Amino acid sequence: MAHSIILLPLIGFLISCSLSFFKSNKFIDRAAEIITSLFITITAIFSFYIFIDNIGDPSFVSIKLFNWISSGSFNADWSIYLDTATRVMLVVITSVSALVHIYSVGYMSHDDSKPRFMGYLSLFTFAMLMLVTADNFLQLFFGWEGVGLASYLLIGFWYKKPTANAAAIKAFIVNRIGDFGLALGIFTIFIVFGSIEYQTVFNNVTSFKNVNFNFLGIELHALTLICIFLFIGAMGKSAQLFLHTWLPDAMEGPTPVSALIHAATMVTAGVFLVVRCSPLFDLAPVALDFVVLIGASTAFFAATVGLVQNDIKRVIAYSTCSQLGYMFVAAGLGAYGAAMFHLFTHAFFKALLFLGAGSVIHAVHEEQDMRKMGGISNFVPITQLMMIIGTISLMGFPFTSGYYSKDAIIETAYLSNSNFADYAYILLTVGVVMTSFYSWRLMFLVFNGKTRMAEEDLSKVHESSSVMLIPLIILAIGALFFGFLFKNYFIGYYSDVFWNGSIVVHHEDHHSIPLLIYYLPAILGIAGFIIAWFMYIRKSDMAKNIAELNKPLYNFLLNKWYFDELYNSIFVKPAMAIGQIFWKFIDGLIIDGYGPNGIAALVSRISIKAKQVQSGFIYHYAFAILIGLSIIITFIIFRF
Amino acid sequence: MSEIPILSILIFIPVVGIFFMLLIRNNDDQSSQNLKHTALWITFLNFIISLSLLFSFDLNNPDFQFVEKYAWIESGISYHLGIDGVSILFVILTTMLVPICILASYESIKFSVKEYLISFLALETFMIGVFCSLDLVLFYLFFEGGLIPMFLIIGIWGGERRVYSTFKFFLYTLAGSVFMLLAIIYIFISTGTTDVETLLVYNFTTNEQLILWIAFFTSFMVKIPMWPFHTWLPDAHVEAPTAGSVILAGVLLKMAGYGFIRFSIGFFPDASEFFAPFIFSLSVIAIIVTSLIALVQEDMKKLIAYSSVAHMGFVTLGIFTFTVQGIEGGIIQMISHGIVSAALFLCVGVVYDRLHTREIARYGGLVSKMPFYSFSFMIFILASLGLPGTSGFVGEFLVLLSIFTVNTYFAIFATTGVVLAATYSLWLYRRIIFGALIKDDLSEMFDLTRREIIIFLPLIILTVFIGLYPKPIINIIEPSTEKIVNQIKMKLD
Repeated sequence: MAHSIILLPLIGFLISCSLSFFKSNKFIDRAAEIITSLFITITAIFSFYIFIDNIGDPSFVSIKLFNWISSGSFNADWSIYLDTATRVMLVVITSVSALVHIYSVGYMSHDDSKPRFMGYLSLFTFAMLMLVTADNFLQLFFGWEGVGLASYLLIGFWYKKPTANAAAIKAFIVNRIGDFGLALGIFTIFIVFGSIEYQTVFNNVTSFKNVNFNFLGIELHALTLICIFLFIGAMGKSAQLFLHTWLPDAMEGPTPVSALIHAATMVTAGVFLVVRCSPLFDLAPVALDFVVLIGASTAFFAATVGLVQNDIKRVIAYSTCSQLGYMFVAAGLGAYGAAMFHLFTHAFFKALLFLGAGSVIHAVHEEQDMRKMGGISNFVPITQLMMIIGTISLMGFPFTSGYYSKDAIIETAYLSNSNFADYAYILLTVGVVMTSFYSWRLMFLVFNGKTRMAEEDLSKVHESSSVMLIPLIILAIGALFFGFLFKNYFIGYYSDVFWNGSIVVHHEDHHSIPLLIYYLPAILGIAGFIIAWFMYIRKSDMAKNIAELNKPLYNFLLNKWYFDELYNSIFVKPAMAIGQIFWKFIDGLIIDGYGPNGIAALVSRISIKAKQVQSGFIYHYAFAILIGLSIIITFIIFRF
Repeated sequence: MSEIPILSILIFIPVVGIFFMLLIRNNDDQSSQNLKHTALWITFLNFIISLSLLFSFDLNNPDFQFVEKYAWIESGISYHLGIDGVSILFVILTTMLVPICILASYESIKFSVKEYLISFLALETFMIGVFCSLDLVLFYLFFEGGLIPMFLIIGIWGGERRVYSTFKFFLYTLAGSVFMLLAIIYIFISTGTTDVETLLVYNFTTNEQLILWIAFFTSFMVKIPMWPFHTWLPDAHVEAPTAGSVILAGVLLKMAGYGFIRFSIGFFPDASEFFAPFIFSLSVIAIIVTSLIALVQEDMKKLIAYSSVAHMGFVTLGIFTFTVQGIEGGIIQMISHGIVSAALFLCVGVVYDRLHTREIARYGGLVSKMPFYSFSFMIFILASLGLPGTSGFVGEFLVLLSIFTVNTYFAIFATTGVVLAATYSLWLYRRIIFGALIKDDLSEMFDLTRREIIIFLPLIILTVFIGLYPKPIINIIEPSTEKIVNQIKMKLD
C-alpha cells in the first residue's frame, strides 16, 4: 500500500504526459482526466486508511527501495519512511490533491491542453510525496526541488502569457536561493554526523549537542548552524519574509494550482522540514529564536499587504504567507505539534478559499480584480457559502478548525519564555484582526454591495458545475470539523501517543491562561469582521477616503513594501551589468585584447618590421654583411 | 593479457574505416550518402565493441585492465595501453558520441562530405587513444593529434568567423601544450621512462613537482578551460558546426579533466596540494563569472559554451579536494556534462538547421510547433541546472559536498553557481520555447524528425537513468578512485 501511494501519481503523470503529445481530442482528454484523478483518489483513500489505522496505536515503517547515491562514506537511498509526521502530510497532500484533480476537470474544461495540466498536477503530487516519505535529507532534497519544478511548470502553464513565464522563473529561482541554504545544511549535517539518514542523525543528536563547526573561519555551534541553513531552505519554499516575493506572482498559474501548491502543500514543506528536524532545532535555541523572529515578522508583514490588494488571488496568497508565519512561530517556540496542526487545518480551509476564488473567477469570466466584481451573491450561492465557511475558519471563529489550531499557537506565544515570544504574541494578535479584516473585505467586495460589473457580464454570471462544487463541499467539511476531531491527537491529551516520537512534543499548561487572553483572538476576529463590514457595506466610500488620507502608507502597502523594486535594483540589475562587464570588457578587451589577439597583433607588427629588412637591394644586404663581419671581427679580437 | 587487444582495436577501427571511405571516389549525392552510412556503421560498430569493455571489466580491480604493452621507441617509451575505472567511461562516452555526431551531420553538411567524415573518424582515434594511453609520449601524440581534425572541422565547415576561431583554438591549445611536452622530455631525461604506471609510484622531489605541475597545468587549464584562459571556447563553439561543438564540449574538454586526475594529482601530489587553493579560486571565479556572462548572452551557442566553462569549474573543484566524493563527483560531472552539453548543442543544431540563426531573440513560442523538441530540450536544461533526478545533480552534489568538507569559503561561492545556473538556463529556455509564436518565419518550423528523435532518445534515457540510479557508474569509478586517493594520501604523508 505504501508503495502504491508513491507509484500511482507517478504512473498517472507518465500516462497523462504521454497523452499530451497526441493531438488533443475528447477521448484523450477524458482518459487523462480519469486516469490521473482516479489514481490520486485511490492514493488519498489509502493515505486516509493508513492515517486512521495508526491514529491510536501508531506504527513506524521504513522501507528502503534501492540505492541512489553512495560514494565513499556518503550514502543515500530511495526510501519510504512512514511515521506520524509523514502520515499527516500524506493525508493533507493526497486528499487536497485528489480534490484539486477533480475540481480541475471542471475548471480547465475549456483549456486545450488538459492532459498536460493533469500530468503536471500528478507530477507535483509525486514529488511532494517523495519529499515527505524520505528517510534521508537527500531524497527530501529531491522532492524539494521536484515540487519546485512542478510549481515552475504549473505557474507557467499558460506559456503564452509573458507574466506567467516571468512568475514561473521567479518562483524557481527564489526557491533555488532557499535550496542553496538547504544544500549547505545537508553538507553540514553530513560532515558533523557522518550520515544524512534521519534515524542516524536524530538518534545521535544529543551526543553532538556541544560540537562546534568551523564555518568561514568562525567556530560556530554546529546544530545552530545546521538549523539556520535548513531554515533558509524552509524560508524559500514557505515564502517567508525576504524570500516571499515569488508567492504572490505565482498566482499567475491556474487557480487549482494555487490551491494545491501555493496554499495546502508545497508551501508548507518548509514547516514540515522544521518539524521533521525538531530533534535538531530543539537543541539549537538561537536557531529557534530566528525562526520565531522571521515567522512572526512574516505573519505581520503579509497581513498588512493583504489589507489593500485588489486581486482576489493575491489577497489569499498573502494570507497564506501570513498563516505560514504563524506555523513557523509555533515551531520556533517548540510547539511542533501545534505547527503541524495548523498546517493540517490550514490546508483544508485555504484550499477551500482558493478553489472558491476559482469558482468566482470562473463565474465572472476570468476576472481577478475585485474592483470589477461585487453583488454576485445571488448568482453563486453555494460558492459564497463555501467561502464563508473557509473565511470563518481562517479568522478562527470558535469551534471551526482554524480556531483550534490558531488559538493553540497564540496561546503558546503568550505562555512561552522564548526571547521573541512577546514580539511574536503581539504581532500574531494584531495579525488576527488583519486576517479577519482582509478576509471579510474580500468577501464583501466580491459578493456584496453594488455590482461594479458591466450589465451584460453580470447577467452571464453563473454557479459552477457540480464537479467543481463537490470538492468545495468536502473541503468545507474539513475546514469546519477536522480541528475539533483531531485536536486531542495533534496537541492535546493523546499527543504523546499520536506522534510516537516522530517529532519532539513539549507539554504546556494551558489552564493558567487568563480568560481574556483565552477569548481575545475570537473577539479580535469578530472585531475585524465588524470593521470590514462597516468600511465596505455600511459606508462603502470610507475605505477609499482612508486610502486617500494616508496615501504614502497605502502605496507602501499596495506595492508590497517595495521588495520587488528593491531586489530588482540590488540583485537583478547588478547581476546583468556585471555579466555585461565581464563579457564585453574583461573577456573581450582585456583577456582577448592582451591575450590571443594582442599576441597575434604583436607577432604581425614584428613581422612587418622584419619584412622591411628584406628590401631586395643587393647593397642593403652587402651593408648588413659588412656590419656583421666587423662585429664578429671586433668580438674575436677583443676576446683574445 | 594475451587475449584480444581490444583497446587497439577500438583505436584503430576508425583508421580502417578511413581507408574504406577513401575507396568511395565519386562526388555525387549517392556516394556522399554511402559515405555517411559507412562512417555511421563503423563508429556504431566501435561503440558496440566498446560496450563489451563494460562486460569484461573487473569491478573489484582498481588497477589498469585490458593492458597492452609493446616496446616502441626506446626501452623507456612503449606502446602501452590500459584503462581503469577512471578512464573506461570516457572511452565509452567517446564511442557513443561520435556516431551521434555523424548522424547529426546527415543533413547539415553539404560539401566535402568525405573529408568531413574522415576528420571525425581520425578524431575518434585520437580521442580514444588519449583515454587509453599509459605512456606519456603516446598520450601527448594523441592529445595533440586530436587538434588537427578539430582544426579542420571548425576551419572548413564552420560559420562566418571560422578562420579566426579555429586559429585561436588551435594556437591557444598548442601553446599550452608546449609546456607539457617540455615536462615530458624532462621526465624522460630524469627518470628514464615515460611509462605512466611506473611514474605513478615514482617520487618526484618537491621542486620538480612544482615546476612539472605548472607545465602540465598550463596545458590542461587551457583545454578544460579554466578562467581566464577560456575565451577560445565560446568562439570555437559558435563557429563550429553542430557536431563539432558536440565533440568539443562532450569529449575534448574532458581530456583535460582526465589529465588532471591521472597526471597532475597522480604524479605531483605535493604540488597539487600546494596549488589546490589556487585552483579552487580560479574554479570559483569561473563558476560565478561565466554564469553571469551566460546570463547576458544573445547567442544560444555562446550561452551554452559559457555555461560549459562554469560546469567544468565544478570538475576542477572536485578533483583537487583529493576526496573520494570530490573525484567521483568530478568524473560523474564530466560524464554528465558530456551527455548534457552535447545534447544542448544538438538542440541548438535542430533549430539552426531550420532557421539558420543562433540568435535567441529570433525565436520564441516554439512549444506550439515543436512539442517533442521542447520536451527534450527541457530535460537537458533541467540536467544543466542540476535538478535532482538528472545526471547533472549527482556530480554537482558530490563535488559541493566534498569542497564543503575541505573549505567552506569556496563551497559557499561555488554553491551560488547553482542559483545562477538555474537563472540562465531557464531564461534561455523561456525565450526560445515559451511565449506566443508570433514571429513570421517561425510558422514554418516543424518538430523533430525520426533521425533527430533517434539522436536524442539515448541521451534523454542516460540523463534520467544516471540521475536516478548512478550506482552502476559509481561502482565502476569507485575502486580506482579510492586507489588514487589512497596513493595521494600515502605520498603526502
